[in-house]
Amino acid sequence: MGLVLQHVTKQFGSFVAVDDVTLSIPEQRMFGFLGANGAGKTTTFRMILGLLEPTKGEITWNGERITYKHSHLIGYLPEERGLYPKLKVKEQLIYLGRLRGLHKEDIVKEMRYWLDRFKIPQYENQKVEQLSKGNQQKIQFIAAVLHRPSLLILDEPFSGLDPVNVEMLKEAVIDLQQQGTTIVFSSHRMEHVEQLCEHICIMHKGKPIVHGSMKELKRSFGKKNVIIHGELPFETLTEVPGVLKMEKTVEGVRLQIADEHVSQHILEHIYAKGFIRTFSLEEPSLNDIFIEKVGAAYEQ
Amino acid sequence: MNNKFWIVFAHTYMTKLKSKSFFISTVITTLIIFGIGQLDRIIEAFSDNGQKTIGVIDQTNGWYEALQAQMQSNKEIKLVRHDENEEQAKKYVQTEKWYAYIVLHVQNGQPKVAYYAKNIADSDVTHEIEQALQQVKIAMMAKQIGLTYDQINALYAPIAIEKVALEKHAKTEEQLDQARTIVYVLLFAMYMFVLMYGSMIMMEVATEKSSRIMEILISSTSPIQQLFGKILGIALLSLTQFVVIFTVGYTSLQNSDMLNQLLGMEKLPLSLLVYGMIFFLLGYLLYAMLFAVLGSIVSRVEEVQQMAGPVTMLVVAAFIMAMVGLNVPESPFITVMSFVPFFTPMIMFLRIGMLNVPIWEIVLSLALLVGTIAFLFVFGSKIYRGGVLMYNQASSWKDLKRAWQLTKR
Repeated sequence: MGLVLQHVTKQFGSFVAVDDVTLSIPEQRMFGFLGANGAGKTTTFRMILGLLEPTKGEITWNGERITYKHSHLIGYLPEERGLYPKLKVKEQLIYLGRLRGLHKEDIVKEMRYWLDRFKIPQYENQKVEQLSKGNQQKIQFIAAVLHRPSLLILDEPFSGLDPVNVEMLKEAVIDLQQQGTTIVFSSHRMEHVEQLCEHICIMHKGKPIVHGSMKELKRSFGKKNVIIHGELPFETLTEVPGVLKMEKTVEGVRLQIADEHVSQHILEHIYAKGFIRTFSLEEPSLNDIFIEKVGAAYEQ
Repeated sequence: MNNKFWIVFAHTYMTKLKSKSFFISTVITTLIIFGIGQLDRIIEAFSDNGQKTIGVIDQTNGWYEALQAQMQSNKEIKLVRHDENEEQAKKYVQTEKWYAYIVLHVQNGQPKVAYYAKNIADSDVTHEIEQALQQVKIAMMAKQIGLTYDQINALYAPIAIEKVALEKHAKTEEQLDQARTIVYVLLFAMYMFVLMYGSMIMMEVATEKSSRIMEILISSTSPIQQLFGKILGIALLSLTQFVVIFTVGYTSLQNSDMLNQLLGMEKLPLSLLVYGMIFFLLGYLLYAMLFAVLGSIVSRVEEVQQMAGPVTMLVVAAFIMAMVGLNVPESPFITVMSFVPFFTPMIMFLRIGMLNVPIWEIVLSLALLVGTIAFLFVFGSKIYRGGVLMYNQASSWKDLKRAWQLTKR
């Protein structure tokens, strides 16, 4: 069953924020929403949580519409970060946890586990305003997962964190998914989505341009990349039929090609023209797919 | 479901109770109340207890003696006859041997007084002299035209007006005086509480919103439970503060006349107190709701005052009308206003206190008030739900409409 969105549309006056989104997110999966700012990700999340009513369509979680009755099953990390600045970490988490239907003792136990895991146990009795921004974000993440939700919605969970903390949070997210949590998250950082998600949806101006499993998307995309490192006259490479794009890198070039056979023509073309250190054929990155699809949508 | 209400309620109450600002404001208010109770003693402690010596240059025939006799009982002023020249008197004042001196003479049978002092800011002294002299003058003149003491008394006896209401249930004079005091005290308390705690609620909501924790809250608890929890949590807080202040105030005022006058009234009309409580509670709910909803559409805490303005004006307007209404409770304007829900808590209560209002009028006004509150809760919780998701550069009343639209499909 999982999370099902059927023809969901949201209008604010005449502005269409989300346009006819139909998605099905199976249970215990990690699902990524991609999109530029204003693509409709946050609005979609707010509709899933029941904070906003869809203008059209229906959203169900295991066959039921999400209401406050399900509050203990849902975890939410909003894009706009915020906690009570004057409250201590412990007081804060106890309040938020109790609002999700937990008992105080369970909250303290869970809180200690997470604080240890994030290596910040010393902040338990400090006021939130004394914490660094990154640590505040960890506390917010803890608030979202304290009650072990079955559906976890994370709006831009990694933004504003340093690489070490990003890794820490990513591991936590992966663990939660393996323990059976369905996770929906949004990001505009392709590499995060690429690493974590089996299923994705690329939103653009409220419309889901692409959605499906990552493998499937990459395979059906057809185009591949060729990476060449070495000392060669690269300029003439664009003349090879099937080469779509050329991008210079520090050590050489990165080419986008129409299909994998083109790579052999390229190899013939550069053969014996100079020193080749690396020549590799690679799957398209999510970035390539995103640029292609969103770029096409711009041109329409 | 109800469980969440109690969590919000307890959280609001406890965090506010433990906050520094609550502690400080309670202590300061308590000190002020305590100070008022001890005001007499404080003023006494600061004023110089010594008698003020006033020199008198008497240019009349026997008035000084009469004045002296009249002022014998006055402990603050001591009169001294001065027979030397006025220059000497001036010197005495300048060297602070005397507080002041007066020159007394009679013209056409009327006493004339010139008062000389270092400064003439202290009106108490001249007032005392004037009063004493007035008495002396009456006595002197009465003697001249041969009036007896009893005749003078008869001349000055105050006129007693006995007011009798012919309507069967109309209140007696004594009842009205009682009612006026109770109504006044309760109106004032209502005014203070609504303004103080109403803006506290608005601040609370605006702070939660501006610290962006609201979205987490609203995704875990329904806005109605949050609103009720906050409003009643702060109501309990206000009650706590009230009990503290009242206890201190009562202890410190125990011996003062003011309190005895207030509590010494026999037969405190119980029904009026009950009405007072009902209107107090409903009025608080109504305004607290308005403040909370406004707080939800504010993006930054700094904008709270600006947005609260119109609602504050409404409370002030109700209070002013009520103060005027205390003297003219029967005026058609007051009658009409007592049915306007925003004014009902103060003005209908005032009418009940001062007049004999038919029961159907009370029921009607209560129904209107409760209806408005119910409407505001339904309407307001929707705006609240939309408002807390909305962030703008500058907030305005138009945002009410936008917040409302945000909750629609």
